[in-house]
Amino acid sequence: MLRLPAFQLLRPATVAEATHMLAELGPQAAPLAGGTDLLPKMKRRQLQPRYLVSLRGLRELRGWSGSPEQGLVLRAGCTLAEVAAQPAVRSAYRALAEAVAVCSNPILHRMGTLGGNLCLDTRCTYYDQTEHWRQALGWCMKAPGPRTPEEVPCRVAPGGSRCWAVSAGDGAPALIALGAKVRLVGARGERVLPLEDLYRDDGIRYLDKSPDELVVEVLLPPADGLRSTYRKVRRRGSLDFAALGVAAAVRQDPDGTVTSCRLVLGGVASRPLVLEEVASLLVGQRLEQEVLERVSEAVYRAVHPMDNTDFTVLYRRRTAPVHVRRALEALAS
Amino acid sequence: MRVLEERERVFSVVGQRLPRVDGWAKVSGRAQYTDDLTLPGMLFGKLVRSTHAHARLVSVRLERALKVPGVVAAITGRDVPVRYSVFPVGQDETALAVDRVRYVGEPVAALAAVDPYTAEEAARLVEVEYEPLPARMDLEEALRNPEPRIHDSGPFGNVHRLASLEFGDVEAGFAEADHVREDLFFYGGNTHAPLEPHSALAWWDPGARKLTVWTSHQGPHYLHRGLARALGLEEHQVRVVVPAVGGGFGGKLDIFHHEVCAAKLSMLTGRPVKITLTREEVFYAHRGRHPELLRIRTGVKRDGRIVAMHVEAYLDGGAYCSFGPATLLYAGTQQPVTYRIPHYRFQGVRVFTNKPPCGPKRGHGTPQARCALEVHLDKLSEDLGLDPVELRLRNLTGPNELTVNWLEITSNGLRACIEKVVEASGWRQRRGRLPYGRGLGFACSAYLTGAGGSIYYSDMPHSEVHLRVDRSGGVTVYTMATEIGQGSATAVATIVAEVLGLQPQDISLVTSDTDLTPIDLGSYSSRVTLMVGNAAYEAACRARDLLLDAVAERLQVPRSRLVAQSRRIFDRATPEVGASFAQAAQWAEARFGCLATSGSYRPPQKLGTYKGSGVGPSPAYTFSACVAEVQADPETGEVKVERVWVAHDIGRALNPVLVEGQVEGSVHMALGEALMEEQAFRKELHRGPSWLDYKVPTVYEMPEVITFLVETDEPRAPFSAKEVGQGPLLCVVPAILNAIADALKVRVDEVPATPEKVLKALEEQRKGRTGRVGPTKVPPFSFPPPERVPRPQSWEEAAQPA
Amino acid sequence: MERAVRLKVNGQEHRVLVPPHRTLLEVLREDLGLVGTKHGCELGECGVCTVLVDGEPALSCLVLAHEVEGHEVTTVEGLATDGQLHPVQRAFVESGALQCGYCTPAMVLVTKALLDRVPEPSGEQVREAVAGVFCRCTGYVKILEAVQAAARRLREARA
Repeated sequence: MLRLPAFQLLRPATVAEATHMLAELGPQAAPLAGGTDLLPKMKRRQLQPRYLVSLRGLRELRGWSGSPEQGLVLRAGCTLAEVAAQPAVRSAYRALAEAVAVCSNPILHRMGTLGGNLCLDTRCTYYDQTEHWRQALGWCMKAPGPRTPEEVPCRVAPGGSRCWAVSAGDGAPALIALGAKVRLVGARGERVLPLEDLYRDDGIRYLDKSPDELVVEVLLPPADGLRSTYRKVRRRGSLDFAALGVAAAVRQDPDGTVTSCRLVLGGVASRPLVLEEVASLLVGQRLEQEVLERVSEAVYRAVHPMDNTDFTVLYRRRTAPVHVRRALEALAS
Repeated sequence: MRVLEERERVFSVVGQRLPRVDGWAKVSGRAQYTDDLTLPGMLFGKLVRSTHAHARLVSVRLERALKVPGVVAAITGRDVPVRYSVFPVGQDETALAVDRVRYVGEPVAALAAVDPYTAEEAARLVEVEYEPLPARMDLEEALRNPEPRIHDSGPFGNVHRLASLEFGDVEAGFAEADHVREDLFFYGGNTHAPLEPHSALAWWDPGARKLTVWTSHQGPHYLHRGLARALGLEEHQVRVVVPAVGGGFGGKLDIFHHEVCAAKLSMLTGRPVKITLTREEVFYAHRGRHPELLRIRTGVKRDGRIVAMHVEAYLDGGAYCSFGPATLLYAGTQQPVTYRIPHYRFQGVRVFTNKPPCGPKRGHGTPQARCALEVHLDKLSEDLGLDPVELRLRNLTGPNELTVNWLEITSNGLRACIEKVVEASGWRQRRGRLPYGRGLGFACSAYLTGAGGSIYYSDMPHSEVHLRVDRSGGVTVYTMATEIGQGSATAVATIVAEVLGLQPQDISLVTSDTDLTPIDLGSYSSRVTLMVGNAAYEAACRARDLLLDAVAERLQVPRSRLVAQSRRIFDRATPEVGASFAQAAQWAEARFGCLATSGSYRPPQKLGTYKGSGVGPSPAYTFSACVAEVQADPETGEVKVERVWVAHDIGRALNPVLVEGQVEGSVHMALGEALMEEQAFRKELHRGPSWLDYKVPTVYEMPEVITFLVETDEPRAPFSAKEVGQGPLLCVVPAILNAIADALKVRVDEVPATPEKVLKALEEQRKGRTGRVGPTKVPPFSFPPPERVPRPQSWEEAAQPA
Repeated sequence: MERAVRLKVNGQEHRVLVPPHRTLLEVLREDLGLVGTKHGCELGECGVCTVLVDGEPALSCLVLAHEVEGHEVTTVEGLATDGQLHPVQRAFVESGALQCGYCTPAMVLVTKALLDRVPEPSGEQVREAVAGVFCRCTGYVKILEAVQAAARRLREARA
């Protein structure tokens, strides 16, 4: 049986206490929410925090408030299943409901949290492997084993100086497309930022936050006629991570003319890829075949996946435009 | 009361949809699997595995590991240097690598500690020094680079085994052909992935000087022999016990490192030692499907009759022998079982590579060639403008005939199987009339009901059963039939219950314990129902004879009028005259003494006398036919198998629920092989030894399965019951591939047929090239000239002009 | 570090001395002897270690024993009462929904959780319920049948 390395489990009573613990312990500590990402990684010795700060008992992180009209606040400790079942999410923020419904598998939905999903570690075929496997490989930049990151190349692009691990969460692209913000609370205070600003284009330091900061809330703007959808490409209908996630959200005039559009891809870069230029092609247009063809071509030019997920790079690049087009077609109909 | 008799083909329990005898234990969580067992003072063992695909092992240092408090013993290859293998010609593995490692994951050291945490921690401290050697990761590489040799056991270079046989005169056959077609096909490797990881618990009793090993295994007899050899013990000093097994599929049939190491560590410490593999380690234990390249050339007459066929097979064997010699020959044996092939040549080569050893997986050695053949026949039918079903019908074998390679077909329900699936799927009305993207595909297959030859030569039975009737009326059957989920326990209980007039639940089974149960060779080659079944049938008939004799004497009823049924033995003329089963048992015990009978079974002598003729013969063959319906997406290459019709010639279903379960499970495994599963490597490493990366289909990929059981009379099988565990898998894979071709008008001549490959084939087509992906050449290799084998007389007579 | 944890499993209270890194799976199997809960990867992938926590399926390999204090854990051993199989278990046996039996404890539990919430599930809901547990033997066909058979049986029992 694969076992966890030893650690100390801290159980703060409040978010404030949790952030102070995290601040004090620094990189030796990690927050534990649903555990569905962190614990397997610890068993594979990709991560070995000496302290786990459990967020499970924190009532402040549970529940939601607001409405599609005023905007919706989802607290980070909601499980993915709760988010998927939330009536306002189902009616007004479809992309999110669809995204969390296809995260991993139905049992993990009940365990994983929204906050955990947004902070999901980046993934890579050279990183998400057992200790023995990675030792046989000679380690990698993101988890250099007994060596330092400088001594070990990125196995995806050995010539470069960065890590190319992939952002593969389903929640982030959907929420970014929906214009969500997140509230972070740290030992030194709190801040609200657009969700897309939480992510950095770096497989190792993929979150733009300090280790003591916790994602406590997701703030969805008023839905205001926004229509959205999420498509996920994976080999199997359960368990698999996204080799490509497509989140699309549009507002249209009554005649069908697009007034605003957001397109965000998961699974193709170290952060969710916001396709601003591509989306702008749609504004002022109706979702008609000719426009969609132009969008597809633009997607093909914008997407440059690396060879570190399921499916070949060529395949992912060829099919990304198809899936973006189909997402938009779904919204058009 | 209606009186039932065997010859009326009406039975009390045979053919009934009864619950399986191990159902209660399994559904309640009470079934004990090996890792569920603990013994007092038990230690936890751990293997240390190679991080190199090919290297000289310079040193393995245990000092640091042994210093960890709680570590009790540690060993290296020097402690277990004896070479072994299930195959007598193999003998190329050791429990721990001695001077060379040949794949990433090959064990180099083992240790035992008081708890699993300590064992894992200490394993990290074992210091291994390697001197890397070039690794050969596929067929082409291994054949192009004969030096350094991975083993020196084969004839030359990295060739492990060769086969080259010709039945009839293939060139003369081709000369008669109106049309000749040649195709190449590549079947990717895949693995069993049983849900239960392998586990072994070993206990050496120093007082009795006896080793007991509880292990998740499907061939306790071969393991028993192998353990004795590897450990330098007499066979009677070793006892192998198989608890509940969480799936096998051929993956728990070899002698495994962890079994020998647990035993050795127990012998060194005098304490029980358990080693349970992690999921990653199961992928290294492997013994799964050989990656295989096939070239098939067939000559046909204008009307579609086959006149000659030449099959070449290139098998990527991985790093060791395993069951490879049989796998190689199986690639050639089954084609003539489904179709009459007047002149047939088979040439094959198994090559060593630096990957976990390949071996027997469900269908052992036959799915690759079957898939290649059925795809090839589809293309031939296109060439000839014939319906693919029609082409097959014009070449079918029938019952009671000898194939050109000397295999004896008795019952044969293939034609009926084809009719069933063709009719149910609406093949004749729908094929060719479906919209682009939707397709139907067809294929046939055949499989053995038990290998006619044993793995080591002997003239002793392949299956033996003891049966005891006690004075309470209890019946206990002692059998080495190993229940791996396939239902062997229920099959044996059903046969005995039917003969004795009892219910399957009435039969106590003592299974798979080499001290208590007589020999059965193992749960492989779909042999248990027929072979153990016949032995159990014989033992039960002998017990029934004793009971009937005693009752006849007591009640003064002619023995011939007595029947055993409904837990009674009674006069069929006056059913109220009789005795309860328990009463009958007491009268019989009073009359004859202790009531114990035995039965044994040995398969018929093989008819071929050529080298390699030991692989292929079976007492009876099963036949299957399949139509698959797919919806394929031309933009993404995604294929959804929506419906699968399978008809299987079962002889007779002892229990239709269990038989259907085997068909449905076969469809699932075939689906994985056809579309997504692959034991693949990147550079020298397994691509992803995990459930996440190894793509076993989930419930969402499963198609609707429509199963037809075709019944035939099979005199060699108990109650006519033939196999079902493996045969139905074989036709499903090519049926899916043929359906993709029908849907998109392109060919993926390679499994798994992933969306990437489908899309690539479509792109080739769009560029004006042949819409196909698949191999385009064979590796640089020339086969030795074939051994010319005379054909059976029946073929020579058929060849005479009328 | 190690501390006494109060666990309620199948209605019974246990006090176990557990270090924080021990998972519920390990404690069930190795401390409480409840080996009916199986394991197949310990990474949250195969689902065969599923138990119910407060009636909902959870992968015991990814739950720390310390974190389930105060929650109700149900394992396969807790389903049968007075030697009688739970209707879900009976349906699995009668439908032939198990072969090697290794996924069966988990399958039975996810089925129970589903039918406790949704007495008359659609085919899609049944597929979703079992999608978190791998089966390598049955092709799921008879498992899906068993879930519906169990649903019928439970509805009849209530009616």
